[in-house]
Amino acid sequence: MAYDYEKSIRPGKLPHIWCPGCGHGIAMKGLIRAMDTCGLDKNNTAIVSGIGCASRLPGYMDYCTLHTAHGRAAAFATGVKMAKPEMNVIVMGGDGDGTAIGGNHFIHACRRNIDMTYVIFNNFIYGMTGGQFSPCTPTGDKASTTPYGNPDPIFDISKLAIGAGATFVARTTAFHATQIDKLIAEGIKHKGMSVIEVLDDCPTTYGRRNKFRSVVDMMKRLKEIAVPVAAASKMTAEQLEGKVLTGVLYKEDKPEYCEQYAKVIAKAQGRAV
Amino acid sequence: MAKKVALLQGNEVCAHAAVYAGAQFFGGYPITPSTEVAEVLSVELPKVGGKFIQMEDEIAAMASVIGASLTGAKSITATSGPGVSLKQELIGYACIAEIPCVIVNVMRGGPSTGMPTGPGQSDVQQARWGTHGDHAAIALAPSSCQEIFSETVRAFNLAEKYRMPVQVLYDEIVGHMRERIEFPEPGELEVIDRAKPTVAPEQYKPYDTSFGDVPPLAAFGSEYRFHVTGLNKAQDGFPTTKAELVDDEQRRQIRKVENETARADIEKNEEYLTEDAEIIVFAYGSIARSARYAVNELRKEGIKAGLFRPITLWPFPEKRVAALAKQAKAIVVAEMNLGQMVHEVERVSKGACTIAGVFRVDGEPINPGQIMDKVKEVR
Ligand SMILES: Cc1ncc(C[n+]2csc(CCOP(=O)(O)OP(=O)(O)O)c2C)c(N)n1
Ligand code: SF4
Ligand SMILES: [Mg+2]
Repeated sequence: MAYDYEKSIRPGKLPHIWCPGCGHGIAMKGLIRAMDTCGLDKNNTAIVSGIGCASRLPGYMDYCTLHTAHGRAAAFATGVKMAKPEMNVIVMGGDGDGTAIGGNHFIHACRRNIDMTYVIFNNFIYGMTGGQFSPCTPTGDKASTTPYGNPDPIFDISKLAIGAGATFVARTTAFHATQIDKLIAEGIKHKGMSVIEVLDDCPTTYGRRNKFRSVVDMMKRLKEIAVPVAAASKMTAEQLEGKVLTGVLYKEDKPEYCEQYAKVIAKAQGRAV
Repeated sequence: MAKKVALLQGNEVCAHAAVYAGAQFFGGYPITPSTEVAEVLSVELPKVGGKFIQMEDEIAAMASVIGASLTGAKSITATSGPGVSLKQELIGYACIAEIPCVIVNVMRGGPSTGMPTGPGQSDVQQARWGTHGDHAAIALAPSSCQEIFSETVRAFNLAEKYRMPVQVLYDEIVGHMRERIEFPEPGELEVIDRAKPTVAPEQYKPYDTSFGDVPPLAAFGSEYRFHVTGLNKAQDGFPTTKAELVDDEQRRQIRKVENETARADIEKNEEYLTEDAEIIVFAYGSIARSARYAVNELRKEGIKAGLFRPITLWPFPEKRVAALAKQAKAIVVAEMNLGQMVHEVERVSKGACTIAGVFRVDGEPINPGQIMDKVKEVR
């Protein structure tokens, strides 16, 4: 059955700004399906983003939407959630937004285990500003500021999230489109900080500089590098070279931040905790 | 019933005043000499069901305050010079997206780390022009503990009424000084809440000027769904690059503070013996206390001196200062920086009288003697 996306889209706000072949659209459709399956009340759900191509998403969505400043989405979202814990808070944005300029806010939101769902659209590049390298651009690859090949090592966003204390961490790719909504939905249902990393593609600023002849080639690459966690456990280190694990990478139940703060309020008011 | 009286430090008073004004959220990051504001609010806010969060840095603190305010919670942060520098991008965000919030800046010297425990007044121009782009600014400068109370409450009121960030600027001396303060009874000071929309949700536009220059702001999590962005936007809140829409919005956001009626509402000055004054001392914050003493001493010596103390620093009291410049032989501006508000005094005086400055940045307050000497010099 064809899925009805229209009911989540703001009337009159399409077409979007994304280039033909941009993976952000696939990730957005996954997010829409996930939010819808979870039955999130539009009035009671905020979508908060930073700045970048990916971060333009909230403008298209018929929810309470907050397009903030570059890198600051998690910090704005923390204020929204703390002030109104009954709201569902979805944070989203690019790899550069979330892990470079916003890296500090990202890890601290993970550490607090505040109940938000953070979807990172990782296209391995700063798309919006024309393809400068991000903390996720593979070493050796070309970007507009790494003309001789990128000398920098990369962040593994999911590992970073787990290390920082997020209690639900999952990864998938734009090739595995139907897995996107399943993982995001699981993240939304999880109480605490959920991080879902969606590897996607930027043909315009990354693909063309790195010898991908077409978007199809970029999708094939995503297909080839992805290894489901279950399969990975049966593979050798050599076989796993250059691969990324997909699926639910980490899940744990731990006290959630707003609930912890509710106890602070109870103590301050002399009520039993 | 007798009023509740206490001996409190300026920063402590600020925190209590925030609660009086109805603050429900504080997001901050510790920095001397402002930290006591955070410490007291970490105790007081949860008592009234409010939220206190210590964020990972001042940028995050400012972001959290804007996010919280969007849900309808009156929100505040407190910091000092280096922290305000970090917040600047997001102060601009609060300006363009028109989100009410209060930023307390307990001023020390600078630039950079400067003298963390010493007083300064060197952020007064930062409060006006710190964030990039054209924007209006409101900044209040109390000079006593009691006034920190009333001005903090007023800062919330102005933030809510004009839908924008308001800064409370006081120097370390006022922040750490202990004075007797009388707590106003509930209802004694006016407390203003932001205008809420009355239109049907599907008709709501967050920047709808048919309601005047300050459109009503809905809350996230209410029946109103809307979009907020730091991009130039049209009245519906969605980004636009249409020249006339961008221009209209930018000008409205300045006009809402700088029109005659708003200025009359926002500006607040204290004048002491200015009526017949030949020399006006222009001073604010803790230095106004030295200035008042100096004026009294000068009067004893038969010199017609008076004090002009702006309590609202921004918008600048242009008309009144211009009038005083015409009346007086000279205006002596005393401030704990190397000359910042003096530029405004010069600008609006248009050469009508002599303008002189007493400036100090060595971490020591300006004493009455220094002011008196300058007055005698220019007389
Ligand atoms: C403070 C600040 N610094 C820099 C920029 C410029 N800038 C805008 S988007 C962006 C990178 C976006 O990359 P990413 O987050 O990966 O998103 P993408 O465009 O790839 O989806 C940068 C550097 C900015 N807007 N603000
Ligand atoms: S520049 Fe890249 S990330 Fe941005 S819209 Fe185009 S393809 Fe997508
Ligand atoms: Mg990117």
